[in-house]
Amino acid sequence: MSEAQKKEIKVATGDRAILPEGTRLVPIFIMGKRYLVPETMTIQKSLEYAGYQFIRSCGCRGGICGACATVYRILGDYHLNFCLACQTVVQENMYLTQVPFFPANRTPYKLEELDASAETIMKLYPEVMKCVACNTCTKSCPMDIEVMEYVNAAMRGDIAKVARLSFDCIQCGLCSSRCPAQIQHFHLAQLCRRLHAKYQVPRAEHLQPRVADINAGKYDEMLKNLVDNDEESLRKLYVEREMEPQNSEGWEPQDKSFL
Amino acid sequence: MGYTPEMLELIKKVEASRPERIARSKKGMDFEPLSLAGRQEVLNKFHPDYKKEGRRAVSVGPSKGEVYPSEFVNVLESKARLLVDSAELEKLTAFETDVLVIGGGGAGTSAALLAQENGSKVILATKLRHGDANTVMAEGGIQGASQEVDSPYYHYLDVMGGGHFTNTPELVAALSHDAPLVIEWLESLGLMFDKQPDGRMRVRHGGGTCRKRMHSSGDITGSAIMRVLKDEARNRAEDITVLEFSSAVEILKDAKGRAAGALFFNMETEEYFVVKAKATVIATGGYGRLHIQGFATTNHYGATADGLVIGYRAGVPLAFMHSTQYHPTGVAFPEQNVGLLITEKVRGLGANLVNIEGEQFVFEREPRDVESSCIIRECLERGKGIITPTGRVGAWLDSPMIDELEGPGTVKKELPAKYIQFIRYGIDISKVPMLVYPTLHYQNGGLTIKDSSATNVEGLFAAGEASGGVHGENRLMGNSLLDITVFGRRAGKSAAEYVKAFSGSLDGINMDHVESFHKEMEGAGIETDLVSPLILPNYTREETMEKQLTTHYQGGLRA
Repeated sequence: MSEAQKKEIKVATGDRAILPEGTRLVPIFIMGKRYLVPETMTIQKSLEYAGYQFIRSCGCRGGICGACATVYRILGDYHLNFCLACQTVVQENMYLTQVPFFPANRTPYKLEELDASAETIMKLYPEVMKCVACNTCTKSCPMDIEVMEYVNAAMRGDIAKVARLSFDCIQCGLCSSRCPAQIQHFHLAQLCRRLHAKYQVPRAEHLQPRVADINAGKYDEMLKNLVDNDEESLRKLYVEREMEPQNSEGWEPQDKSFL
Repeated sequence: MGYTPEMLELIKKVEASRPERIARSKKGMDFEPLSLAGRQEVLNKFHPDYKKEGRRAVSVGPSKGEVYPSEFVNVLESKARLLVDSAELEKLTAFETDVLVIGGGGAGTSAALLAQENGSKVILATKLRHGDANTVMAEGGIQGASQEVDSPYYHYLDVMGGGHFTNTPELVAALSHDAPLVIEWLESLGLMFDKQPDGRMRVRHGGGTCRKRMHSSGDITGSAIMRVLKDEARNRAEDITVLEFSSAVEILKDAKGRAAGALFFNMETEEYFVVKAKATVIATGGYGRLHIQGFATTNHYGATADGLVIGYRAGVPLAFMHSTQYHPTGVAFPEQNVGLLITEKVRGLGANLVNIEGEQFVFEREPRDVESSCIIRECLERGKGIITPTGRVGAWLDSPMIDELEGPGTVKKELPAKYIQFIRYGIDISKVPMLVYPTLHYQNGGLTIKDSSATNVEGLFAAGEASGGVHGENRLMGNSLLDITVFGRRAGKSAAEYVKAFSGSLDGINMDHVESFHKEMEGAGIETDLVSPLILPNYTREETMEKQLTTHYQGGLRA
């Protein structure tokens, strides 16, 4: 074994950042204060590398929870940028701050008592009509959602379109932080998704008899027998169960006694 | 962006060996799979679940003698953050309620909703934001025998087979029985399920299913469920009070030994406070952020096993905590994707695993645990891993082979989400390989529960990843979102029923069980300065900690 191989390799474990040999450090400015952090590191990890411990502004660390919304500018460039700290690599001379929370009122409602209409939207979120079509919401979305498009759809009462366009929303609140019309986009969008799914998409009628059967106790005895089975007979049942094929158009199992 | 020049230089070795590997693959000459004995050998030596090193027996508490990962035993064998007498606990009491739910993910929120529907006033307390949980990270779907060709009977068989028949049968029966009820419940709450035009649920197969019963909401099913549950809980704010950034640090009991709520730490003001409750539900999720044996994880920031620690001190035994699910191909580069999953489909489509020399070192379709072990061996024992600029190690997963084997455009067509995930960082996985390393994915075990979600401690319930038994030693895809909703609902309903039948009052709340636990630790000769629950993982660099001359850490949290 060569000397190089014998040398203990220093590697990062878990999620704790280290500075490997030969890595270039770049300056970033956390709330205006300069820190040197390794290039290719995410903003989130570079804050930890700099010595911060998160209580807020950190959640799934995988780009889906919306906890780490971040705003930044690069020195010398007037553009304001928006991102998720866990999904964005640091850049040299980045001036950043995080937005752990942004106030937005949510109107309580009873889903059962609403209908999927423009009137519902106007009643619960009347401020949506104040949209000035500046498109700042869309530009500030770290998920690349067409926010203004769905706000326009909401103004027209096109709830299905709001639901479709807002589907990837992680409710980080950056849109509402920037809106000159003070719209509370992500709450409006959540309302529309629920209205759409409940009242505009046909209900899964095939579920109703299954639910009724379960509640009537149809499967209780079958399941009890399985619970009481010994492992050997259970293995046999497992191995012998009929497999639904990948392309199962019109497929039916031969044994229907346990359906 | 993209790979560094040094890494691109190394990729040339992968490219150099690729034509020969492709030629072999086309001739059907796969890399020799391991024999059963060979598998066992590599598992024993390198798989975190099998290796003797890194595991030890817990020497105190209701599961004394059981062997678990050392990182987990460490938090079980740590001291409480504090001991407070009854008089002080009375003074600290800030809330009184019927049902206290600890944890704000899918299980906790389901429990809160069902407890409320069954007549209880609820406090839901969570140490991060409501909804910060592994629930939002579940992509694949949720199982449920909703179709005519399927039934809970077949779902039961699939779950047992997947868990190697080690599962707790009553829990599996509850899971498969309630699954269609949960699907219907979520539909009625306005979840955007993937449906056919007539409203019929679109269903797919998952690994180990004999019938198609995987329901989905795009590729963000968990996030979609969490958004709806949280939204509904907020609609019921009159009955459901949510306390965020409030971390439960101990279960409390009354003079009769019943669970009586919990002691909390306000993470922002650093005050302690008490929530008195007739019934308490632990729904705090798993332990991915303990980074068992240093593994990266797919888990969210708060997954530090807090509920397991405080439930264990309260007297609840553990089930299946010896078993952890590792996924062989987690991302090792770029840094922002580290730990995230790369679907097994990549290997299914023929991509080889290759070391720093460009040599294939394992058959790409070994079982998950074997594949993981071989990658670990290549990187750590043989030293043939690739080191990243952020100091991680990994092996190449040669995705460009796929287009050559299956035709141009296959990568983009079959792996659209992965393609986008990498192209965002300047890495085109149809042209250059991915760097991968196993990642800690799921805690198979947890607190022992009955099918009602009740524990052996009166008034204490548990649900979701914090509980154990339903998945046995291996969980199938699509059963974690189901687990949290089924047992979350059962916990909420059981807790509310318990409250209705509750007699007497919560007198003499105390931490006597914690004091006894400390005594037991002393008796077992455990001397430690460690404190648990951890509350948060500590990611502060050693170089920083060396200069934090007046800082100390309680668990993972600075104090």
